[in-house]
Amino acid sequence: MKPWMTTTPVWVLGLGLLLPRVLQADELPKHQVPASQDGDLVVGMCDGETFLEVEGVKDGSAISRQQGQQISDALMKEWKKKNPEARWEAAVAQAPTPPKQPVVQQGPTAGSSPDQVAKSKANVQSGHTYGAFSARDEKLWKASLDAMVTEGHAVFHDAAKLGGTVAISCDMCHPDASNTHPETYPKFQVQLGRVAMLRDMINWCIENPVRGKPLAEEDPRMKAMEAYIHAQRAGKALEPGKH
Amino acid sequence: MDQPKRRGPKSIETRHYQEREAFFDSLKRLDRRNFMKLATLSAGAAAARGLTTPVSYQLVNLVTGANEKPAFSFAYISDTHLYEKKLNDRFVRAILRAVDDVNRLDPQPDFVLFGGDLAQLGKKEELKLGQQILKTIKAPVRMMVGEHDWFLDMGQYWRELFGPEQYSFDHKGVHFVTLMSVQEKDFWTARGMTSEERMQTVAGLDNGVQSRFEVGEAGRKWLAADLAKVDKKTPLVVFSHSPLYKYYRPWNFWTDDADQVQALLRPFQKVTVIHGHTHQMLSNQIGNIQFHGLLSTAWPWPYAPEGLPALTVQMNRADPFSAFDGCGDGRMAVMAAGAVDKLYNLWDRDPVTIRSSYLTSGGKSDVPPAPRLPTY
Repeated sequence: MKPWMTTTPVWVLGLGLLLPRVLQADELPKHQVPASQDGDLVVGMCDGETFLEVEGVKDGSAISRQQGQQISDALMKEWKKKNPEARWEAAVAQAPTPPKQPVVQQGPTAGSSPDQVAKSKANVQSGHTYGAFSARDEKLWKASLDAMVTEGHAVFHDAAKLGGTVAISCDMCHPDASNTHPETYPKFQVQLGRVAMLRDMINWCIENPVRGKPLAEEDPRMKAMEAYIHAQRAGKALEPGKH
Repeated sequence: MDQPKRRGPKSIETRHYQEREAFFDSLKRLDRRNFMKLATLSAGAAAARGLTTPVSYQLVNLVTGANEKPAFSFAYISDTHLYEKKLNDRFVRAILRAVDDVNRLDPQPDFVLFGGDLAQLGKKEELKLGQQILKTIKAPVRMMVGEHDWFLDMGQYWRELFGPEQYSFDHKGVHFVTLMSVQEKDFWTARGMTSEERMQTVAGLDNGVQSRFEVGEAGRKWLAADLAKVDKKTPLVVFSHSPLYKYYRPWNFWTDDADQVQALLRPFQKVTVIHGHTHQMLSNQIGNIQFHGLLSTAWPWPYAPEGLPALTVQMNRADPFSAFDGCGDGRMAVMAAGAVDKLYNLWDRDPVTIRSSYLTSGGKSDVPPAPRLPTY
């Protein structure tokens, strides 16, 4: 159905929102509301033709929600009397049909709520709230991870944030964290004479080429850089000890 | 020599034993024809002993393996990325080492190419410092500009110091062309960047905000006009900071109008492109054009995750514990027929020569030594 093609007037709540934005630059068209002789409140309907004088309520005074509902009902009744053939459609009815969400997996998943698990007939362990996360949860978590990776990217690319003193940052030798091979740690690092973790090598670089002070292991910058480096090597098989 | 080598500067004894071992090792592999060759050359090697070169076998290398005698040679120093000395002396020490290298070459090269990226952030102090250091080179210096020299003031101070960014010259029957191949389409105005922000953006290899390198329409026009005067049989050597082909776009190991530039070079019989920017051993051949990358004195870049030319023999990955490893300088031997052999003088390692014949043969002959430690 195409509602705009109908000959019957169709009134849409919030029609004003649909007005083109360009109009806002000029003065917006206004309905002229007639003034009350007694100084009472006059409320106009969005058709610009139907008005109601609220007797005993002065313009500008506070009105209760109940009074507001009464005013609205009275106006609506008046409008329907004037337009007996009109159909009233709520705006939601005109919203486009939402696209169908692809069904990823049938039956309960890690993301199913305990209720869903209980309702389903699948033979899985139920009654367990742990791991009952939704797609929305996963989006939020991903956003948090991305923020940490982004912070790591920032530290990795900024000599000042690294605490360097010679204007050298990690990306100058490791664009996109290339040749950092986090998947090969821990491993015996011959030059250090001991087993090293990725963070030991990060700190070695900070102390030597970058000429800064090594970061504490729990330093947020260290964690963020580890997050960035690992994210850059997603999918690589772990090969601790590889030389 | 398969034994693990000590890192850092080699002692005299280490060098002596390594050279002796290499000599006896090569004797074992000789056939009759090559024995005669070696016999002649070892005389040259003995003569060379008395001379001071950075690595004594380097000189021998250049003369021995080639099938013909080089008509002349030129050396290079590239990608020094200088900060002001008070901020960072490491890169200053590195360029000084390279200057020492080329000044100790005997015979001296006909000239020294500077391959671009003299400065790190294009500042006057950085460029001035670089100019002062390069003045101590004994041979004449030919300058090329890199993006790190350019994008603070769009080349204004660089031109003041070193002249036009595109020029050509003839030397001993070879036509040399220096290109400005790191032009970028304006990405800064719309973003409201300051000139410092623009420079900092271009200085980041993995910064996707910047545009891709190009010679640009004006540059290509200039090149076409310059080449119009040159006989197609004249050997051509092109200096370009960016590789003049498409290697890896995300890091700007890339020239956007490479195809158009190559089209201008295609009519010539012998073309060699010498480029900076990639800080690694890098070899390629496209049609009649041979490509050689230059080493940096400041730091090596890792090989890109894709797009590496099939003919490239990777250099061993760099030792992170050695400030100079994976860096260096080098030189080019130009044969009478115009073929160019490229020598990579990797500091504290044995030098590697990429012969023109290796590229011409599609990687079948004169194969350079394979890397023992490829990129992860």
